[in-house]
Amino acid sequence: MTDLYEPYISEHEDEHVYSVAGITREIKVLLESTIPTVWVTGEISNFTKHSSGHLYFSLKDADAQLACTMWRSRAGSLRFMPENGMKVVVQGCITVYEKRGSYQLDVSKIQPAGIGELQMAFEQLKQKLLEEGLFDDDHKKPIPPYPERIGIVTSPTGAAIQDLLNILNRRFPGVDLIINPVKVQGDDAAPDIARAIDEFNEYGDVDVLIVGRGGGSLEDLWAFNEEIVARAIYRSKIPVISAVGHEVDFSISDFVADLRAPTPSAAAELAVQDRQELSNKILWMLRKMHSHIKNRIQLQQEKLQNLVNSYSFRRTPDLIHQNEQRLDELTRSLKNTYKHQLEILRQRIDGRTQKLRVLAPESVLKRGYSICTRKHDGRIVRNANELATNDTITVKFHKGEADGTVTDVRKE
Amino acid sequence: MPKQKFEAAMQRLEEIVEEMEQGELSLEESLKIFDEGMELSRFCYDKLNQAEQQLKRIVKKDEGFQLELI
Repeated sequence: MTDLYEPYISEHEDEHVYSVAGITREIKVLLESTIPTVWVTGEISNFTKHSSGHLYFSLKDADAQLACTMWRSRAGSLRFMPENGMKVVVQGCITVYEKRGSYQLDVSKIQPAGIGELQMAFEQLKQKLLEEGLFDDDHKKPIPPYPERIGIVTSPTGAAIQDLLNILNRRFPGVDLIINPVKVQGDDAAPDIARAIDEFNEYGDVDVLIVGRGGGSLEDLWAFNEEIVARAIYRSKIPVISAVGHEVDFSISDFVADLRAPTPSAAAELAVQDRQELSNKILWMLRKMHSHIKNRIQLQQEKLQNLVNSYSFRRTPDLIHQNEQRLDELTRSLKNTYKHQLEILRQRIDGRTQKLRVLAPESVLKRGYSICTRKHDGRIVRNANELATNDTITVKFHKGEADGTVTDVRKE
Repeated sequence: MPKQKFEAAMQRLEEIVEEMEQGELSLEESLKIFDEGMELSRFCYDKLNQAEQQLKRIVKKDEGFQLELI
């Protein structure tokens, strides 16, 4: 009987019998030690982000699939969020999960295939914020035309601040510049920039903000593509001009900001007007005002002429004096401010003054009119009613005066 | 200087020119706003010709913000 069982027993005595755990451990050691860290490319499917923060998904191609996990500690450093259907290249090592007898790829890195990780992150954030309305035109605030205090969020040692200073100083040195120094690259740059924008809003006393930095790689400019910066710009009550990198660089900040400047230098030009242009504009307005005043004085002169012609130049001495005095004042102030440009105008005003003088009572007298005043109170007589028989009057001629007594009054 | 004075001055100047051009003002009113315009334009010129640019650094303190000259 025993022979019958002998081979069977000896078979088991010769060969090692594994427990399930034992063979699984063998497989684990074999797989994990012989397959080094690998890169695998495929398409993501069954993607799940667990509430713990771990990511679970499969990588597949036409012929096979591979289970993958990415632990929270690594998933946290991902700049974009993987999605089903996304073609990726992942790095990881094969691990065996003994409890299920399955193997999987323990993923340490994921990169979008064909496009850089940063571009992918940029596109994803751009899409997300666009859908949320952060780029909407009706949220954009107008940039004040003549800011007097400009807040600047950039590095105090970068190229941007130098460019800004140079151009602002050339165009409009009367503007006050206030910098809130920040880091513009590195991991802590984005929160730093967001903080500075918020601080300016808390402070309140600036008219516009310029937020940016000089050129660099996409990596260098990355802080301006981060959500925390985008949100700070969006909630800013102060209008924001975004000025990141070179002309070809577009950042998320540019899309959220009230105005995108292609470079920091351009931001300075957009923020303030050129003082020469402003001077010209003011001068133009002055000329308009001046020609208007000239016309008004001319009009007044015609009115004076009419008054004189109608013999009732009761108010003329007054008007002439007022106008002469005013013309003197205008001439003085014009001369002080715009000596060269307005010298000609001043001379013209002098000419007008001369013409007004021609209309003064003396010149009217010269033409044969005379002025009659009552002796006892010196009032000019304009109406025979103001006189009584035997009143003494003085008649003023162009040259000299004569006294007389009223012998008869004929009222009208 | 009060905030935005330059902007207000420029806007007022533009208004003055416009008011004058509409030609509905009396001589006295015209002279009055002309004088105002002269004063505003002088103020703006002074501001434009202010020579020195100031760069300050804003620093947050416990009691609020402080501006420091750089």
